[in-house]
Amino acid sequence: MRAFLVRHWYAYAMVLPVVIVVGVLVLFPLAQGIYFTLTNINEANIANPVLDRPASYEFVGLQNYLHVLSGSESYGAFWSTLVRTLIWTFGCVFFHYVVGLGLALLINRPVRMRGLYRVLLILPWAVPPFISVFAWRYLFNSQYGILNQGLATLGLPTPVWLGQSDLALFSVMVINIWLGVPFMMVTLLGGLQSIPHELYEAAEMDGASPWQRFRNVTLPGLRSVSSTVILLGVIWTFNLFHVIYLTAGQNPHTRILVTYAFERFFSGATRDYAVASTYGVLILSLLLVFVMFYRRAMRRQGEVW
Amino acid sequence: MITANAAAVSATRGGAALAKLALRRGERSLLASIGLHGALISASFVSVFPIFWVLVTSFKPDTKAISPQPKLLDESNIDNYLNVLSGAKGDFLGWFGNSVLIAGLTTALAVFVAASTGYALSRFRFPGRRSLLLGFLAIQMFPFAVLIVPLYNLLLGLGLQGRALGLVLVYCSTTVPFCTYMLKGYFDTVPTDIDEAGRMDGLSPFGVFWRLVLPLAKPGLAVTAFYAFVTAWGEVAFASAFLSAADESKTLAVGLQVFIQQNRTEWGHLSAASILVALPAVAVFYLVQRFLVGGLSAGAVKG
Repeated sequence: MRAFLVRHWYAYAMVLPVVIVVGVLVLFPLAQGIYFTLTNINEANIANPVLDRPASYEFVGLQNYLHVLSGSESYGAFWSTLVRTLIWTFGCVFFHYVVGLGLALLINRPVRMRGLYRVLLILPWAVPPFISVFAWRYLFNSQYGILNQGLATLGLPTPVWLGQSDLALFSVMVINIWLGVPFMMVTLLGGLQSIPHELYEAAEMDGASPWQRFRNVTLPGLRSVSSTVILLGVIWTFNLFHVIYLTAGQNPHTRILVTYAFERFFSGATRDYAVASTYGVLILSLLLVFVMFYRRAMRRQGEVW
Repeated sequence: MITANAAAVSATRGGAALAKLALRRGERSLLASIGLHGALISASFVSVFPIFWVLVTSFKPDTKAISPQPKLLDESNIDNYLNVLSGAKGDFLGWFGNSVLIAGLTTALAVFVAASTGYALSRFRFPGRRSLLLGFLAIQMFPFAVLIVPLYNLLLGLGLQGRALGLVLVYCSTTVPFCTYMLKGYFDTVPTDIDEAGRMDGLSPFGVFWRLVLPLAKPGLAVTAFYAFVTAWGEVAFASAFLSAADESKTLAVGLQVFIQQNRTEWGHLSAASILVALPAVAVFYLVQRFLVGGLSAGAVKG
């Protein structure tokens, strides 16, 4: 024991600050949050020292989970919200990746004004996201947004992009795809540049067609970067709140799991903290399951991480 | 929208077609060049236009911003900027100050706390190291919804609910693990020979970290700090929920929403405020983006 401490105490002393912070701000709240899902906690019965009021919420067992998982409309229509969340997540990540890879391939070739293109193409990443969201809301406005004015000039229909229809989901996805492409482009560009040039030359010697070179050199060369950014992308997008909230507010047609959790936490007279926490725990469980399967799939392909 | 898709499609198609030509002959035909530049120009247009349009709008009076015949210049002047800066349309400078204060404190605290841990994780092989690393990764997965109620409860208990300092604590819950992970990636790129040389010269492990490695990792620290700053700067959910509704305690991400609430669509003013927020952000971003990418992939790829 003594030898163990002598050997490792430096390491533990250096790790300690973060462990304390994470313990107090993440682990303890996580445990408490899970407990809250088993209670009926809300704004009226949470402990509030300012009002000199002790906590008076009660243990209610699995009632919150039963309510939420029943898919009832008054508890956020869990299952249809989940489907919408999946469409949102995989739709966004798919286009982030495909468009990002396409642009990375283009910009990776020797082309005049490459630096300028690069600067212009990462602009959506450089601008604070809440600003970009406002910009897009303005473009998408059904009456005076420039998009609809352009469509009207061409004699095309001018839909209400952000109204009470599934078109709103489409619109917020467009905004988020625009926001997320530069990150993918830049990371994939880094990946492309790390593929040894000899591999391409060798493939060319062997008479591989450009498509074969892309399939058999580029894609495998990008595999480790791709698996990381896709995993990150799925997690981030699944949990992404601000784009939908700032664009569409509480529009039920753009409701995903996290935005509904926030609605329950913050909006209106409900302020139902128990249901908000229940949604939080369900989201986390879904992500954990996803990551488990993802890792297993990656491992099967010979990826070690 | 349609342009966005079209550009995306043409971009990917163009890429495949061009790869063919260029790799075979080492140089492109004229047609291929046109295709390549065409694809890049349309993609750049899609990427720049929304922001460009905000810039154009920021000079128009609110009434012209919603005109049915949009023009580039329409009674354009700098009144919007003057109104925003003078506080006539909400406490813009106050929001700006709050954002800087909250994001700045979060950054300083997170980087300070995370640096030594990142170093220990990079250099020492101690029991529990692997689970710590996995834990930090797992925290990146946490939806804010799972922590928002307990953190609210905690802030109420500490009397920090509605205060800037409370929000800083909340942000640390996500930035500290993230910074630790990123900094570990940077320390991995500093050669261990330096540590060994330092130990030979009689420095303690702390001394090595503080005097030798930390100065070498300055670019990494800067980029990590920038990333933490940006995250806190643009956060919306906690800022909306945990700051009091009073105008003077808002951050920019919350305050700017005021311009476009019901009955108040002041797009001209919102645009001017947006440009004022975006300009410094964009400037700093372009200064550090080269390092940002290296750091992200280093932290993300090496386990």
